[in-house]
Amino acid sequence: MVRESSIMKVHYYTGLAAIVLVAIHILFRLTVPEGYSASLEYENVIANYKNISYTLVLELILVTVAVHGFNGLRVILLELRQGDAWESAVKWLCIAGAVAIIAYGTRTIILASMM
Amino acid sequence: MKENREGVKGWLNPTRYGANRFAYWLQRLTGLGLLIYFIAHVIETSNIVYGKSAWEKMLAVTQTNEGHIVLMVVIGMCVFHAANGVRLYIAEHGKGIGRPGRPEYPYKPTSLGLGMKACIWVSVALAALAMMYGAYVLFGEA
Amino acid sequence: MKRVKIRVFRYNPADGADARYDEFEVEAERWTTVLDALLYIKAHKDHSIALRYSCRMASCGSCGMVINGIPRLACYTKVYELGSDVITCRPLTNFPIIRDLATDFTAFFAKHKSMRPYIINDAVDRIDGREFLQKPEEVEKYLQFSYCIKCGLCYAACPTVATDKRFPGPQALAQMYRYLIDSRDMATDERLKVVDDRHGVWRCHFAGSCSMVCPKGVDPALGIQLLRAYLLGMSRDSKVVAELYRREK
Ligand code: SF4
Ligand code: FES
Repeated sequence: MVRESSIMKVHYYTGLAAIVLVAIHILFRLTVPEGYSASLEYENVIANYKNISYTLVLELILVTVAVHGFNGLRVILLELRQGDAWESAVKWLCIAGAVAIIAYGTRTIILASMM
Repeated sequence: MKENREGVKGWLNPTRYGANRFAYWLQRLTGLGLLIYFIAHVIETSNIVYGKSAWEKMLAVTQTNEGHIVLMVVIGMCVFHAANGVRLYIAEHGKGIGRPGRPEYPYKPTSLGLGMKACIWVSVALAALAMMYGAYVLFGEA
Repeated sequence: MKRVKIRVFRYNPADGADARYDEFEVEAERWTTVLDALLYIKAHKDHSIALRYSCRMASCGSCGMVINGIPRLACYTKVYELGSDVITCRPLTNFPIIRDLATDFTAFFAKHKSMRPYIINDAVDRIDGREFLQKPEEVEKYLQFSYCIKCGLCYAACPTVATDKRFPGPQALAQMYRYLIDSRDMATDERLKVVDDRHGVWRCHFAGSCSMVCPKGVDPALGIQLLRAYLLGMSRDSKVVAELYRREK
């Protein structure tokens, strides 16, 4: 079984990484000269997706935030109730949640960058 | 005997036990809030793959006053959760919480000292500032 | 002197009745403690109230109860310092109620014991006349945690204990650190294994409530963070297991 400290170290590092990555992500909305809402226009967003390093940032955000977020949910649910059936259900639910959201987001990134 | 666990009630009341308990409460709430937003955000932005009209339809729903208010709350949650998370990272690595010694009456716990308290209120203040800046950007253009 | 109303939680599982509060008027001096007031009520108004106490001086850890919403020692809390004319006494939360204000510490003590709260050192043979020498700095690493009187106030205040039956709680984890960091103890790795569990030290989120209510300055939250820091490898090399010395005659 994975030791809890290994999981929680991942929790720390994904959290710290997410701070930097999300900051970059937000800067992409704030540094467009024509302003925030212009940055959201279809052509501009597609252009973002064509930028390989930005899609890399997006993918990293997707992974770090999904892992950090679903592990946080796991922690809360484990503290909420105990019991072997509950705990393994929580574990698999959180793994499934993270995998699903990463897969769905990755699909968006791939398809959008090919448009 | 009667089981007397406080239960989730114990989580929900942030007014007792000082700043650290308040930060605990807010860290949990903002964490859950951010997870919900994250999922919603991945789903909402996936509209980009269905072309310009789908994207613009999504913008018409989210780039509204209500949408901007939600986004402001998300900004506040994000900044508090990040700043307080860094504080917890440091404290949980044993830094900034004082060191054990010989307790003297009236026994002020060093781990709840001014440093930690200041960090908590700075996190709250940063979140408030970020929300104001967010409001300025989101509503400023209209 | 002032008159205060003391509301006492009453519940007896044997009689099947619902829990209720009984109210008593008591005269309090500046030095009257909540325990004094309760004992006065027991002596003069209603002797059937169940409560636990012994030393009356914050040493035995028996008289913990929730007084005006916060876990406190009844013998260490003066009526005047509460600044209220109504004082509500409830049994400690997170402990099963035996009767009225008396709670059951079985699970709490079992968790304490599961931390192996004693020094583990193979080299020790008590009859060979040797002893450990510790420097004051080495003593200071654990001394404050050894002041714990097992009153359970921290356990009653902790939000994780409030829902997590398997979490050892602040008292036990602070004791784990107390023995782990003692230079006479050799069982470092075994100790870390015990707390590095799904319901171990990681379920602490530093809400600090334990340290807020601890009446002895133990600061269990500090102990738990240092325990976790040790687990994270922050201070591995700071512990050198002490050697045995023969006392000079
Ligand atoms: S750590 Fe403090 S509050 Fe907790 S049992 Fe020990 S003395 Fe009581
Ligand atoms: S009676 Fe001993 S601690 Fe209060």
